[in-house]
Amino acid sequence: MAIFVFLAFVVFVIGLSLYLGNKAKTSSGYYAAGGQIHWGVNGIAFAGDYLSAASFLGICGMIATVGYDGFLYSIGYLAGWIVALFVVAEPLKRLGKYTFTDAVDANYNSRGIKLAAAVSTLIVSLCYLIPQMVGAGVLVEPLLGIPHAWGVVMVGAIVITIVATAGMASTTYVQFLKGALLIVFSTVLVGAVVIRGLSTTPDQAGTVPFYEYAHVEAAKVDGQIQTAEAGVEILEQVEVKGGLIFVRINYQGKENWWYASETDGVVTLKESQSVVTRGTEKFINGAPASAENQLRQVGNLEQIRGDKNATTGSLSIFEYLAVLTDKETIVRTWKTATLTDGAGEKVTIYYPKDVTGDRIMRPGLKFKVEGTLLERLDFLSLMLALFLGTAALPHILIRYYTVPSPASARKSTIVAIAAIGFFYILTLFMGLGAMVNATINPADSNMAAPLLARSFGELLFAVISAIAFATVLGTVSGLIVAASGAVAHDLMDRYLQVKMDDRQKVMAGKISAFIIGGIAIVLGILFKGMNVTFLVGLAFAVAASANLPAIIMLLFWKRTTAKGIAASIVVGIVASLGLIAFSPDLYSLYGLNPLDAPIPLSNPGIISIPLSFITLVVVSLLTPKQKA
Amino acid sequence: MLHEPATSAAKDPAGPYKMRLGIWMFVFYSLFYASFVAINLLSPLTMAAIVFAGLNLATVYGFALIVVALIEALVYDAMCRKKEAEFARAEKQKSGKSVKSKKGKA
Repeated sequence: MAIFVFLAFVVFVIGLSLYLGNKAKTSSGYYAAGGQIHWGVNGIAFAGDYLSAASFLGICGMIATVGYDGFLYSIGYLAGWIVALFVVAEPLKRLGKYTFTDAVDANYNSRGIKLAAAVSTLIVSLCYLIPQMVGAGVLVEPLLGIPHAWGVVMVGAIVITIVATAGMASTTYVQFLKGALLIVFSTVLVGAVVIRGLSTTPDQAGTVPFYEYAHVEAAKVDGQIQTAEAGVEILEQVEVKGGLIFVRINYQGKENWWYASETDGVVTLKESQSVVTRGTEKFINGAPASAENQLRQVGNLEQIRGDKNATTGSLSIFEYLAVLTDKETIVRTWKTATLTDGAGEKVTIYYPKDVTGDRIMRPGLKFKVEGTLLERLDFLSLMLALFLGTAALPHILIRYYTVPSPASARKSTIVAIAAIGFFYILTLFMGLGAMVNATINPADSNMAAPLLARSFGELLFAVISAIAFATVLGTVSGLIVAASGAVAHDLMDRYLQVKMDDRQKVMAGKISAFIIGGIAIVLGILFKGMNVTFLVGLAFAVAASANLPAIIMLLFWKRTTAKGIAASIVVGIVASLGLIAFSPDLYSLYGLNPLDAPIPLSNPGIISIPLSFITLVVVSLLTPKQKA
Repeated sequence: MLHEPATSAAKDPAGPYKMRLGIWMFVFYSLFYASFVAINLLSPLTMAAIVFAGLNLATVYGFALIVVALIEALVYDAMCRKKEAEFARAEKQKSGKSVKSKKGKA
């Protein structure tokens, strides 16, 4: 069923794009859909472009694992549209033709701006493409039962087909369709979640028996964990960074890794899940991996308003949140740790951590707002980049050229705000629903929303997965159109001034789309396993640093010069990418100790955005203003 | 060689008004957003205070940031349209008068 719905959707999308291919014979048709898209359609297509894998898969996954901190992304992503509407929409529509570069270069005709803006568009698009491709692989893996890498290749191939056939016209209608379906079916899913209510023993409507994790009382003597419990034998003890202790125990004849939790001097061994690869064989929870022996989905309430065995029945949307916010409600969340066992094998352990509702429903589990100054700065940096990044994303900016007038640009932005804002409210319910319905894959939080849908039946899972896949297709299409525009239109046509007729320009765009799609496939495979929202947050930081200062100052500071704009774009790119490359999160990706990272911030915006603004001002003051 | 827009936009006499209005509304929303970030950084426990129907400040403020964005957007659009209509009427009257005066001279 899931595969049928999924394939039917994909075939329909490709068919639509082939049909719309007739509209893309000219470069205006290819890059800007002829500038004749209705503002209502464009507004929902904006939502389709924007509600990417990061929003649907990443945010829901992050809320499912760290609660309210994931919702901060929803708030920041939506707030960014205010900058787009009030500051950028109409002026940009008046200035540009097909691309971001056209807009910033409109008053200058500068080769420096053309080159810098085109490179910036390419880099931001690629940064944004990575999480989309990662999301694609994550989705296809459980749906079609094919490896992550093949899922990424499949998405890449379909998207290249869509973009190469019809460019912006097909991308727009795919986005419109996907944006509308995503909002409708997410509403259905949230309705189902609150009607089901909350339970301390979620069993997915009786289809998956609730698994009760065992715990054993223990003691710590001279640093060694000991237990007097009958039938329990401690075989090995390992302490990991941060002082967490894990023990490999034989419990009722089964060997597995357990977490030794210590609270007020009382030690409790908590049953966990583990994955270890010995040679070519993978072991899950101590036994060889098989179709039957996989990681169990996790996430449940240990206590509802102080009651350890409760079921609420249907709740209103406010009651649902109120119960989860209660300090007497306890949520079982799952963390990940890695260690090397006595045999020298790398073990990944997923262990339980109980958190009270009032802690889940306010910031602090992921972003340490009560932490050190640096940790607080990191939070501030993220919120700044989210706020300023939207209006600087090339694939969002080019959508302003698909409507006929500046007023249409404004109206389509308002439709986008309504649609996106509504969807982001839904993400809180979907994420929390996944958190308490035992629908989180502990090894990959990105699948929380589709797995939540599966708990309501295969049909909803199939539809939601197909939409999620279309989400990836649509966003990747938009990004590839933006990136191919940067190569074929900005670099080849405008910067290098390669002589091409209109037909050749379209062909150059299609060839560029093919190459960029290939690069995106490779990056999607390399970045497997990272949370897609986190990666998109970084793309926002790069966009806000490289592009936004140029757009804002161009519109509001008459002294802005071409060299100032070019310099600020270059500094914004280099600073943001440099800070990311040496950040703790990337050090983890390289396999290095994140504590050794020379840049202590994970989010670069707070340094790179002001730096880019300052560069623009200083260079503009030092160089003469020359209008074209 | 300058690069002209994808679709030609007529001169917009309401442009300066819309830009001023946009900046003020942007400043208002920025302050609202900045206050949210500031409370989180300076007094994170305040976010746990229950303020409405069992919901804490973090949830209510988060929803408010989304809803206020939409309300501001609708108000902005209504004001822009009103101003655009005013200018359109004035333009119509002006062109009507000039046609009449031309006829009078003839």
